[in-house]
Order: sequence, then C-alpha cells, then structure tokens
Amino acid sequence: MKIEYRIYLGIGLFVSVLTVVYFFWAKEYGGATMFFGTAGLGIMPAMYMGWWHRRMKPRPEDTENATMAESKGAIGAFPSYTIWPFVLGMGAFMSALSLVFGEWTLVIGGALLIFGAR
Amino acid sequence: MTIAAESKTIEHGGASHNGEPTGMYKWLTSTDHKVIGKSYMYTSLVFLLIAGSMAMIIRAQLMSPNGHVVSQQMYNELFTIHGSIMLYLFAGPFAFGGFANFILPLQIGAPDMAFPRLNALSYWLYLTGGTTMLLGFFTAGGAAAFGWVAYAPLSSYTNAPGPGPDLWIIAIALTGFSGIFTAVNLVTTAFYLRAPGLTMFRMPIFTWSMVVTGMLILIAFPILTAAMIMLYCDRHLGTHFFTVSGGGSPVMWQNLFWFFGHPEVYILALPYFGMVSEIVPVFSRKPVFGYKGLVFATLAIAALSTGVWAHHMYTTGTVLLPFFSALSLLIAVPTGIKVFTWIGTMWGGNISFKTPMLFVIGFIVTFVMGGMTGVMLASPPIDFAVHDTYFVVAHFHQVLAGTAIFAGFAGFYYWYPKLTGRMLRESLGKLQFWMAFIAFNLTFIPQYLAGLRGMPRRVPVYLVQDHVTFLNQLSSVGAFVTFLSFVVWLVNLWVSWKKPIAAGDNPWDGHTLEWGTSSPPPHHNFTSLPPIRSQRPVWDANHPEHADHLNHELPKKEAIRR
Amino acid sequence: MRTVRAGVRSFSELKLTRKLGVVLIGALALSSCNPTFGAYRGATTQGKDIFSLYQGFWYTAIGVAIVTFGALLFVVIKFRRKNDAIPVQRHSNVPIEVIYTVIPAVIVAVLFFFTVKVENRVTAVSAAPNLRVKITAFQWGWRFTYPNGASVVSQGANYPQMVLPVGETTTVTLVSQDVVHGFYIPEFNFSRYALPGFTNYFDLNPTKVGTFIGRCSALCGLYHSEMLFSVRVVTPTQFQTWLSQQKAATA
Repeated sequence: MKIEYRIYLGIGLFVSVLTVVYFFWAKEYGGATMFFGTAGLGIMPAMYMGWWHRRMKPRPEDTENATMAESKGAIGAFPSYTIWPFVLGMGAFMSALSLVFGEWTLVIGGALLIFGAR
Repeated sequence: MTIAAESKTIEHGGASHNGEPTGMYKWLTSTDHKVIGKSYMYTSLVFLLIAGSMAMIIRAQLMSPNGHVVSQQMYNELFTIHGSIMLYLFAGPFAFGGFANFILPLQIGAPDMAFPRLNALSYWLYLTGGTTMLLGFFTAGGAAAFGWVAYAPLSSYTNAPGPGPDLWIIAIALTGFSGIFTAVNLVTTAFYLRAPGLTMFRMPIFTWSMVVTGMLILIAFPILTAAMIMLYCDRHLGTHFFTVSGGGSPVMWQNLFWFFGHPEVYILALPYFGMVSEIVPVFSRKPVFGYKGLVFATLAIAALSTGVWAHHMYTTGTVLLPFFSALSLLIAVPTGIKVFTWIGTMWGGNISFKTPMLFVIGFIVTFVMGGMTGVMLASPPIDFAVHDTYFVVAHFHQVLAGTAIFAGFAGFYYWYPKLTGRMLRESLGKLQFWMAFIAFNLTFIPQYLAGLRGMPRRVPVYLVQDHVTFLNQLSSVGAFVTFLSFVVWLVNLWVSWKKPIAAGDNPWDGHTLEWGTSSPPPHHNFTSLPPIRSQRPVWDANHPEHADHLNHELPKKEAIRR
Repeated sequence: MRTVRAGVRSFSELKLTRKLGVVLIGALALSSCNPTFGAYRGATTQGKDIFSLYQGFWYTAIGVAIVTFGALLFVVIKFRRKNDAIPVQRHSNVPIEVIYTVIPAVIVAVLFFFTVKVENRVTAVSAAPNLRVKITAFQWGWRFTYPNGASVVSQGANYPQMVLPVGETTTVTLVSQDVVHGFYIPEFNFSRYALPGFTNYFDLNPTKVGTFIGRCSALCGLYHSEMLFSVRVVTPTQFQTWLSQQKAATA
C-alpha cells in the first residue's frame, strides 16, 4: 500500500502547492476553490491508504519475492452473469430522459431503478 | 486479501464455469471484464464511424468557400456532435473502457475487475448516454449546435431552445457517470487485485497509464457532471449560474468546463501512451527504456494537467497568463520524456515493423508535430494570433485524433489476437496504415496554414480572399482517404472472421502477463500464473537466459562501447 | 551470457546523418533569413512582437524536430530487424535520462522567458492613448463607437468598417451584448473574446496603412461565419476628416 499511498499523497501535495500559489498570485477565487477541492481529492484517498498502510503487513502483491501460494484463499466473489446492471442502466436512462421528455419516462425508469436496486 | 465475503469465492486459477448464457443474452448479462471490454471497444468503434461520417459531411461542405451540402444550422449540429462523440464516446471509452477493461486485469494477473457488476452498469450507462446524444438529431429543433464546449450563454435556453441541447447535457452526464464508475473500478483493481509479487513498480506501463488516467478521471469528471447539472438548472429551473442578468458569470462556465476539459485531453491521451509503451518494447525485443522515468512522467503529466485549464481561455482576458503558460509549457517536459523513452527503447533493439509497430511510428510522428504546435499555443501571445482558428483545430486533431487513431489501431492490431484468438492480415493492416498516415497528414497540415491565414473554426463558409480554398480542398481529400482507410480495416475484420488464422497464445513474443494465458483467455483469465520476478514475467519465462532479474546490469565494457 | 547487436554499420551512417543535419540547418539559415512560417508579419506593433515570438518558437521547433525525427529515423533504419537475435536488454541509462529531462526543461524556461516579455508588451494598456474606441459585439454584428459619438454598425449584409489612425495608440474597450464573441483581425495577429458582463481593454498600434479583414472567432450561433468587419488604417489627418464626417452622418 505504500506506493499507492505516496502517489495519491504526491498529487495532493502538488495541487496544494498550486492552490496556495494560485490563491495569492491570481486572487481569483473560482479557480482557487477548484484547486482546493482537487488537493482534497488527492489527500483524502492518501489518508485512507496511509491509514491502512500503517496497520497491515505488506500484502503478497507488495512483496518482491512472493510466491503464488501466498495468495491462497478467497480473493473475491466474481459473478459470471447477472441481468441487474442492465436493468439499472435502463432505469437510469429512462429516468434521465424524463428531464427532456416529461414525467412519463420517469414512471418506467423509476420502476426499473427500484426493481433493479432491490 | 478478501474483498467481498460472499458465498462463492474464486481462487487464483479458478475453474471455468459451465452453463453460461450465450449470444444476445450473454451480451446483456455478462459481468466478465473481457465481454464488457469488447462491448466497449466495438461500441466505441461504431461511434468512431458515426462521428467520422459527420466529419466527411463537414469536409464536403468545406470543399468550396460557399458550400451548400448542408444548412448552416445542420453544420453547427454536425460539428458539435462530431466533437462530442469523438471526445466523450470514442477516444476515451475506446481506450479506457475497452482496452483497459480487457487488458488491465490480465496484465496484473487478476481474475476480473474489482466490481464486475458496476463494470456492467458503466457500460450500459455509456451505451445509453451515447444513444441519447444521437437522439438529438431526431427531435424537432435538431441536436445541440453550440460546439462541444457549450459556452454559456450560447447554451442557455434563450439561445439554444428545444430538447436537443437537453439531450446533449443528459448524454454527457450519463457517460460522465459511466467514466467515474470505470475509473473507480480500474484504480481499485490495480491497487487491490494484483498477483503476488507484482509490486506497483512491476506493473506494465499500460496498467500504470490506466491507473493514472483513472485518478485524473476521478478529479475531472465530477466537475463536468456538476457543470452539466448547473447548466440544466440554468436552462430549466431558473438559476443564474452563468447568466449575467441574474448576477452569474459566463466565464465561470469556461472555468468549470476547462477544469474538466484539460485533464480530459490527458485522460484521452495517457491510455494510448500506455499502449505505445507496451508495443514498442515488444517489437524492439527490449524492455522499456527508463521505466521509472516513464512512470514519473505519466504522474507529472497528470499532476500538471490539473493546473493548466485556463490556457483555453487566454483570449478571455480574465486569467493570470504567466501562471498558466508556465504550467502549460512545463507539460512539454514529461511528454518529451515519453517520446525520448520510446526512441530509447528502440535504440539498440531489433525492431520488427509489423502493423502495430508501424502504427506506433505513425503515432510518434504526428504526435511530435502536434506537440510542437501545442508548445506554441501554450504561449499566450501566439495563442492571441491563432486562437479559435484552424491552427488550433489542426493542433488538437494531430495530438488527439492522431493519438486515438494511430496508437489506438496499433493497440487494436496488437491485442486483437488476444481478444479473439485470430490474427488480422498484415497486408491489409499495412495498407490501412499507409493510407491513414499519408491522408491524415494531408488533412491536417493544410489546416495549420489555413488557420494562420485567419480561417476561424466552426464556420460552414469562408472568404475567397483569404486564399484558403485550395488548402481546404487538400484537407477534404485527405479526410476522405482517411475514412477509406477505415473501410480497409473493416475488410480486414471481415476477412479475419471468415478465414481465421489461429493466433496462438503469444504471437508477438509479448512481455506481460496477458500473453501468458490462452487467446482468448478462459473465464477468470488464468489457469496458472508464471512466477513474477520483474516487469516482464512472460518474457522471463520464455527467454530464461535473458530474463530481467539476471540481466539488470550490463557488462562495463558494453556500456562504454555504446 | 551472449548478446548480439543488431547490425553494426554505424560509423559512416552516423557521419551521413550529421552531414545531413548541417546541410539542413545551413539551407534554412541561408535561403530564408526571415521566414513567415505561414503567419502574417503583423500590421501593428503588438502583432509584430507576436510574430517575432512565433518565429522564435518555430526556430526552436525546427531544432527539436531535427533531433527527435533524426533520432527516430536513425533508429528505424539502423535497428530494423535483420536476424532473429535478441539484443542487449538495457533497462535504463540514468545520465541519458537526465539529459533528456533537463534539456527540454531549459528550452521551456527560455521560451517562457520570451513569452512573458512579449505578453507584457502585448497586453499593456496605455494610460494616455490617442484614441479610445468602444467595440460592442452582438449576434451577428459589430458596433464601433468613437469618443465624439460617431459610430459604425453592422446593417444587414453590410460589413461595418472600423477606421484607425496609423502610428497612434488606440485603446479598445470590448464588450458583448449577448453571447461570447471573438474580436479577431488575422493580419494584426490578435484576437480577444468579447464577453457579456466583462469588459476587456487592449491597445492597437497600427503600423501599416491599408484595409484588413476582421471577423468573429468564437462560435456565437447560426450566422457566426458571417459576422465580418473590416479595419481601414489611415493617416491621422485622414482619420480626423473621416471622424468628423462620420459624426455628421451619425447625427
């Protein structure tokens, strides 16, 4: 996790520097706000990963000499097929279209969304 | 480590599944990253052909100064949707939805993406978003006609009434969400599902590029989606974010849009740089030169790209010119590192010019040309002279379209055997390359000159006394031939489908893990993984006497002689 | 460990590449002492400044192109596959990497220095200009208003003409009435957005008498391509005559 953490931290810190420079040089607050938010988008995940990095042993994928045997065990559940993403997608599509074509598509889309998210 | 504790668990090299759906139902229901990746790829290529056809109409209109191929309104709709499709629905999804989906889990030895269902959902949002954008042409007022950048207040309800612009906004919002979901998925997959021993600094450059692109998407796309919602609210709910009369600021739209828009061009370009960084080493039979430098260059491009958005706004007179020109010019450094790295990889290699490698060379040539005019445009005074002219059009087509077409087809020819288990024909591939390469440059080099003569972009007619008619005709002919090269590609696909040549697992003597499994890969990708002791596990396994972990240092004498 | 280098024919080839480079640079320097690279030379002092900066960027670009394309061409010809050998597996070479990081950085720094110099001159607004013109952009036309109340405006298919005195400083006040427009005169090498709700100021110092085409550069709706105007640069005395005539006509 160390490198992942440092990458995000690096981006966060770099943009923080840009934020400060921009804020005091340009005195334009729209851009400064966007910079500030972007710095946060770097630092927030960095904090999460740093937190984990300090609390766990290096994983097999962080170890140069790890063997395949070390990854034995459950690494995740991967469904091979399911219709629900399609149902959700169509629901989102129909709901979004209601912003243009009126509420009737929202009825279909909403129904699909509720059905799909159930 | 455990990601999700559910009833069914898969182990590395898990068994294949039986009783899966086939045909149409497979396409609708699959959560396999390979099926979704292919869906993304072919969908985006259909969008490429649609938007390419629009470009043909545009070029036909510009064959003469007062063309009458389409009406002015139709022309505005065409270039708006051409740009929107190419940027939102082709270039990004082709690489980031298609290739990354298919290749990234294979390259890191993962059985699937971290969130397979989310992956399927993001494909459906992408497809419906794309459909929504095209729906605009079937409404009474026509599609959106304010350019792909939708500058306020031209995109306000008074200036752009009707459902077409609303459909455009929704299309962008839907594809925006799709991009965010894919980015979350890819970054998580690369961070958490790598095979044992595959440390971050052993990830192939392609995977690195996708990770960095994902991080950039997570920064840029939320802003785009937010801006779209604000625009919709301005149009229909009486808010005044971008209207002067209500105390809003039209320039704020440009700030928001380009704060997304400039990272976006790197979101489009970085994945293709990643593909090139895979292809060059394989066809040169060498490891990539300066791996860490390349990784840091990628990260530097990403970091710098957050601070350059206002170079699209130099001529507004509202931005701090030195700040943005400094950062924009600085991006040339990591980009230059990449180009030199590719040349350095070829240097001293044993280069085979198969179709993918030819496309890579074509990419490097057009990209360097476009990059150098990009450095000119990063300088505000020069931008004052050519802003919003065909000079800019030629520049971004050379860097973006050149990248997406040349590097994209390089990647397609390179990974097609892995996708399908079949080879594409070399002869047709080379024909396609030479047609595309010559015609592409014939299209865009005259456009630089037309721009310098003062021809503005987004015009259906131009003045005879500007002396740009001949340049435009050259450009149009080039564009038509470029389009024909896609027909050659379609023929190639058809031939490879009808008369398949089996590819085998590793037709190019590839380096990275995707070449260590069958073509096409089995369900959950690997039956067994080679030990991972370097960036090139498959190379190490196939060429043990030249394996990377044996061979890090050159003998001193060799080093001096070179 | 056995390493095979792919084809060693180097020395004569290297010499040839160098010769070719020298010939190219020489030809460039001799044949065209002051090439335009497709651009206008600029009919204002600002435009001329921009043009010379543009030239400077081009010289740099040519240098970079010779190195990059030269290296690419050399590599593509020299190291193409002739046998099935596996070349030396070189992973990196730190000095070379440092060189190709530092040199571009230096080039960029130099370009930035000149950019800032020119940009400060081009964007400078005179405190005491000889003339102030207010330009209003609207869908789809222009209005040029002079201090004495004289004005020129687009009417139907008639493109309006802005008249400026040669050799004098004109400060332009640029606004838009509706959407974003771009005030663009190609031969002045200059454009600036006309924004609604924000006023832009800039100076023009015409150096050449003549008539130039001007147009809208930013997409502004259906008739964007027809939003043309012209600029006629005349001597100061002619300008004064025109101004008083125009005032009479406006009134």
